[in-house]
Amino acid sequence: MSDTLASHMTGVIPTDNHANKFSVQKLDFFYGDFNALTDITVGIKENAVTAFIGPSGCGKSTFLRCLNRMNDLIPGTRNEGRVLLDGNDVYAPGVDPVDLRRRVGMIFQQPNPFPMSIYDNVAYGPRLHGVRKKAELDEIVEASLKRANVWKEVKDIMGRGGLTLSGGQQQRLCIARVLAVEPEVLLMDEPCSAIDPTSVQKVEDLMAELKDRITIVIVTHNMQQAARVSDYTAFFLQEVAGEPAHLIEYDRTASIFTSPRDRRTEDYITGRFG
Amino acid sequence: MQSRERVNKTTTNRIALGVIWLAAIATVGALGTILLYVIVNGIGQLTPAFIFSWPHGVNMEGGIWPTIQATLYVTILAMLITTPVAVLAAVYLAEYAVQGRLVQIIRFAADSLASVPSIVMGLFGLAAFVEGMGMGFSVMAAALALAFLLLPIIMRTTEEAIRAVPKYIRWGSYGLGASKWQTVSRIVLPSATPRIITGVILAAGRAAGETAVVIYTMGTMINAPILPTQPGRTMPVHLLLLAQEGINLPAAFGTALLLVLMVLAFNLTARYIVSRNRRMLG
Repeated sequence: MSDTLASHMTGVIPTDNHANKFSVQKLDFFYGDFNALTDITVGIKENAVTAFIGPSGCGKSTFLRCLNRMNDLIPGTRNEGRVLLDGNDVYAPGVDPVDLRRRVGMIFQQPNPFPMSIYDNVAYGPRLHGVRKKAELDEIVEASLKRANVWKEVKDIMGRGGLTLSGGQQQRLCIARVLAVEPEVLLMDEPCSAIDPTSVQKVEDLMAELKDRITIVIVTHNMQQAARVSDYTAFFLQEVAGEPAHLIEYDRTASIFTSPRDRRTEDYITGRFG
Repeated sequence: MQSRERVNKTTTNRIALGVIWLAAIATVGALGTILLYVIVNGIGQLTPAFIFSWPHGVNMEGGIWPTIQATLYVTILAMLITTPVAVLAAVYLAEYAVQGRLVQIIRFAADSLASVPSIVMGLFGLAAFVEGMGMGFSVMAAALALAFLLLPIIMRTTEEAIRAVPKYIRWGSYGLGASKWQTVSRIVLPSATPRIITGVILAAGRAAGETAVVIYTMGTMINAPILPTQPGRTMPVHLLLLAQEGINLPAAFGTALLLVLMVLAFNLTARYIVSRNRRMLG
């Protein structure tokens, strides 16, 4: 069903060998009475990087949090429509958001290491899910830190507090922490907007390495970054203040940035607003 | 452009600064004066013999050891009773309760409980525990009455401590597939612990210095209690009676000094715990 969906989406995605990991159908999202997002229909491709772009307040972060039900934690929010992960509605009764979030990990704009050692930060997830053996944990911690491009910098200071690292290192530690629970999807909410350029480079590199096995969705304000790292790009826009935001265009990144079909996309990409 | 101010900005600035300085000096000065007064009058008394021996005669001679033992005993027992209840109540209020009318009522009740005059709490302890439950004057009755006094204090400081844990740290935990209880017990409470401990220690200082509650619930008998069913006289009560009778003012000041030092030690410990944790985390 996820493949037939692609044909009647906003902005037709060229058929290719990527299957849809997420299929979102007619999603509306509300903060209390405020309809923040409306009529979002989109298929997010498996094992690829999808970028969400758009001006501040266009609902792209809100939409990202719909994918792993993080919005459940904000009182007074609700949504209509369907969000399918591998064909199953994540908002169906009986779905435990705790299980969902293990499969769909999240990185935030502000690096948020726990106030504990570097090692314990990475081991936190596996321990939650029942890994107890020291050797096994050691292995997971090392592998995760390596995949997150931060191993070399921290391998000799594993006992030190995670908060003693630089902002960029903290962000990669947080990525390692998520990778340690082996998620199928990684949601990144402006992961690079609060870190140094060297770390940005390392985060972009690791995204390229991870996408063989993990579906990545990144919200970014940085157009160059979207063009560099993503395979697909979705452009969101709230045209009138107080009205809900829409998904304006969704396509291969190359197409969006070279030949956008919608005038508003072109205006945004060329820096005419936002 | 010509300034229209009658008094220029620099002058008003200086006046404001001067007033603020005076207020600051008055605060520090008040504490300094009290401390100095107690130290000058009490320091001569503070000998090992005074601290570790029993009073004799009509308290005209000897030391105050049993009152120290009674004070520490009732304080520790009160903390042991109160802390778990207060912390769990705070976790419920901050993390689990649906924020709304009921929670507001609970919070208002806690604040009201905190502002009940301690003499009323003593009277309640006398009626409920000493007589009603037949405990008699005892450390246990006093600890329970103190618990009512301390509960809202520890509960509110714990609640503030829990709320001060940033949302994005919790989200990091939820984002890894942690359940609510896993997040609360492994991330939120450990992060809040230094501030919770600070609140508990400050409350302990309050308990150690409390007079009205304990005089009605554990009596005035000079006794070094071993069992919680035994009565005793705490340091503040001893101080009150010595000063009232006027028979041994030096011993009263010695007791006062020791009490102040004890509470000061509590406060310094609290500060130390906070600063040590800040170093470890930062």
